[in-house]
Parts: sequence; C-alpha cells; structure tokens
Amino acid sequence: MDFRQDTDKRNQAAYAAMVKQASPNSPILLNCLKAFLVGGIICCIGQFIGQLARGPLEMDAKLAGSFTSVVMVFIGATLTGVGIYDRIGTWAGAGSAVPITGFANSMVSPAIEFNREGLILGTGAKIFTIAGPVITCGVTASLVAGIIELIRMRLGG
Amino acid sequence: MQKTRHVYELLRPVYILGEAAVAGPKEGEGPLGSCFQMVTVDDMLQQKSYEKAECIMMERAIDLALAEAVVSNEEVSFMLAGDLLNQIITANFTARFTKIPFLGLYGACSTMAETLLLGSLLLSGGYGRYALCATSSHFSTAERQYRQPLEMGIQRPPFSQWTVTAAGAAVLGVQGTHQPRVTHVCVGEVIDLGITDPNNMGAAMAPAAAHTLLTFFTESGFRPEDFDYIITGDLGTVGSDLLRQLLQEHSLELGQRHFDCGVEIFRGVEGTHAGGSGCGCSASVLNGYFLPRMARREIHRLLFAATGALLSPTTTLQKESIPGICQAVVIEEGAAC
Repeated sequence: MDFRQDTDKRNQAAYAAMVKQASPNSPILLNCLKAFLVGGIICCIGQFIGQLARGPLEMDAKLAGSFTSVVMVFIGATLTGVGIYDRIGTWAGAGSAVPITGFANSMVSPAIEFNREGLILGTGAKIFTIAGPVITCGVTASLVAGIIELIRMRLGG
Repeated sequence: MQKTRHVYELLRPVYILGEAAVAGPKEGEGPLGSCFQMVTVDDMLQQKSYEKAECIMMERAIDLALAEAVVSNEEVSFMLAGDLLNQIITANFTARFTKIPFLGLYGACSTMAETLLLGSLLLSGGYGRYALCATSSHFSTAERQYRQPLEMGIQRPPFSQWTVTAAGAAVLGVQGTHQPRVTHVCVGEVIDLGITDPNNMGAAMAPAAAHTLLTFFTESGFRPEDFDYIITGDLGTVGSDLLRQLLQEHSLELGQRHFDCGVEIFRGVEGTHAGGSGCGCSASVLNGYFLPRMARREIHRLLFAATGALLSPTTTLQKESIPGICQAVVIEEGAAC
C-alpha cells in the first residue's frame, strides 16, 4: 500500500476496508438487550410515579405527567451529580440515554465539567452543548409539524 | 556525508542520564504499575482543576529525572516539552517554574519521541550541554477537550482507547558512559489514509507508523532482528493489528519484538477497550519500564517509534480526516562499566 493520500484514492478505500475488518464491532444484540432492560426499568419507575401522582396524590392526568417528568429529571440529575449515572450509561447505552433521565444527564454532566471555568461563562455557556442540538431539532420538527397541521386544517375545513 | 532524508546517525551519541515516569491510579493498577517511579493516589492531586493536576505530574516527572541525572535546572540548555491540550498549556505552564530555555512542541501522542529526537540532534550537533525532554497527558483534561464530559453516560465503541494519565521526562547529555544512549533518529512524515472516526485513533496512526518503520529500515540498513524491542506508542490492539498487516504487504515482519505501550499499559484493565493512548502512554512506559531495564542491561537495543494522531475537535466536526505522524529514535545500552 502506498502511503500517499493524494496519489491514489484506491489506497483510502483499500485501507478503509482493512480497518473495518480489524475493528471489532459493538455487540449490538447484547447492547440492545441491556438497553431494553435498563430503559424498561427506568420507564417502570416513571410509570409508578405517574400512578402515584394520579392515585394517592390526586392529580389530574396533565399535572401527573408534568409531575412525573420533574421527578425523573430530578433523579437523573442527582445520579449524575453523585457520579452513578455515567456508570449506568456505560453499561446500558441507549437504555439510559433515551429516557428523560438521560436528558438530565446530558445537561448536568457539562454543567459539572465546566464549573471550573465559572458559573456564567463555564456552566452557563456549556450546559446546552449536548442537549442544545436535541432541543433545536425538536423545536424545528414541531414547527414543521405545526405548519403541516395548520395547512391540513385549512384545507380540510 | 548524510544521504538519507529521514534517518540520521548522530555524530556523537547522546546519553539519557536520568528518566522518570509519574502515573495516575488507574495506570498504577495496570501490569506496568510497579515500574513507575511515582503513582499518584488520585487524579486531582489536591488541585483546583485537572489541568493543574497534569502540570503537577509533569513537574514531578521533571524533578525526578533531573535528580536521577544529578543535573540542576541551571545547567540545562533546553527544555523540550509538549502535551495534548490546546496551546500545549501543560508544557507552557510547567515551564514557568523550571527556568530552563524552553521550546514547546506538539506531536500529539508522539511527543516523547519528538522531544528525544530533537534534543538528541541539538546536543549531538554541539549545541547545549543538557536537554530536558518531557510530556504528559491526563484522561480528564483530554476527555473534556476531545470528547464528552466525564459524567456523561455513554457507551464507548470497542475499538476506542483510554487516555493515559501520566507524565514522563528524560534528561539528555553528551557526557556519559554506561547510560542508555540515542544513536539514530528517524524523522517521520505526516501520513493520512482518510480515517475520519476520532474514536479509531489506532487506525488513523497505523499508516504513519508503518511508513516510518519502513523508511527507517530501508534508509538505516538496520534489520528488525537488530532490536530487542520495536516499541510503538499507542496504536492499541486495532492499530497494532493494522500495522502488522501494512508491514506484511512490504514483507517486513516485526514478530514478537513488537511492543505497543497502549496495549501493554492497560492489559487486563477493565473498560479500556483497545488500550491506552495519549502522550503520557509511551512516555511513561519508555521512561518507567524500558530505560531502567536497559540500565540493568536486560535490553541492548530498542527502537522507540511513538505515533500521534494530529486531529483537533474542530477538524473532527468539520469531517476532516485524521493525519498521523510517527517519530523514531534508536536507543542502545551504554558501554559496560
């Protein structure tokens, strides 16, 4: 293999194939099972808190939903702060990243990390580095969905 | 007269008069942990930031190396140092206290070899009496610059590597006898075969290692059999495998004498996947493990070829490929006492 990137593009393709062969794949099936297990447990906890809100705490459905989110975010943030959530994440992957607790983790972890650079320009500026893009995409998607819905309603009468 | 463009035989050998490695707790638990001159209890070292802790580690390594060489700061002509952080802050900030004429270098994880190479050339060329070579890396400072916050719960791909928390320093001088000595250096070229995944640094650096090794053996006339060890810096398991394949295409076999510091420093340590990486990886293994062994006459000649992935967080986001570099030095045992 020639080592010049510019002389022969085939080198890059051949090397890419070699790298693919040499790099171990993630154990996808095992990771899916772990994600299912941990994600499921987190959702069960959420469901339990929701039931608790509607039952003994006598909230209506809308308030109970908000209450559940708040409690789950609190749990995720706390576990991040005491250094447990990253360990769960290393094992569970998407199982702990996708639920709302993972959202809390993605906000609190940069907040802790950049605290040394100051409360405003450190924590304040970096707190959204991971969650920010997700929020931007979410808001944009809801805007598009809203416009489509508006057009549908006008046309459909 | 020198005819080669990469390999230089030193006009007079340059001796490694003192060396030291300071490592973090995780590295201390690894199979090479007992070799390091100092293993820290935690990775914060009672400092306010990980960056400050990294500076302290480099300072300690420098102090220990100078003490072993019995050379004082005032006698040293050059301090050659670098690290992984933006604006090589660890080296620059440490140099505030050393009071040695300073040259900051950046070669990513190849920095130890780069400093040894340049220090040897300077001294061998007749400039200066002593040169101090130092480098360091820290998992927590590198991670926040190149990847994710520490507390972020994510899964790392199995071919990713773990940045070593360690510092290494060596003191070079022209007046020596029995100490290990640098005899040849090989200046590497930047090689890029189009790898863009910043998690697969072994793959990004393997072509550079292959290029430097092939160039070295072609130009110098040495054969792999002439060395007890051919040491690469931090290719990890994936990169080492790729290096073997790339060299095989050119009929160069390293065999059992190939030793990758990244693979060995974390052998059997959980969660480090393909092995260690970072400037401190090859620096601590060379200065903590190999040079003392050579001083004990267990090793006669070694080739130290450290590799660096020359990426930045900016180029990663801009989807640029990752250039690699590999610098090499030949170290031989000194004269018998």
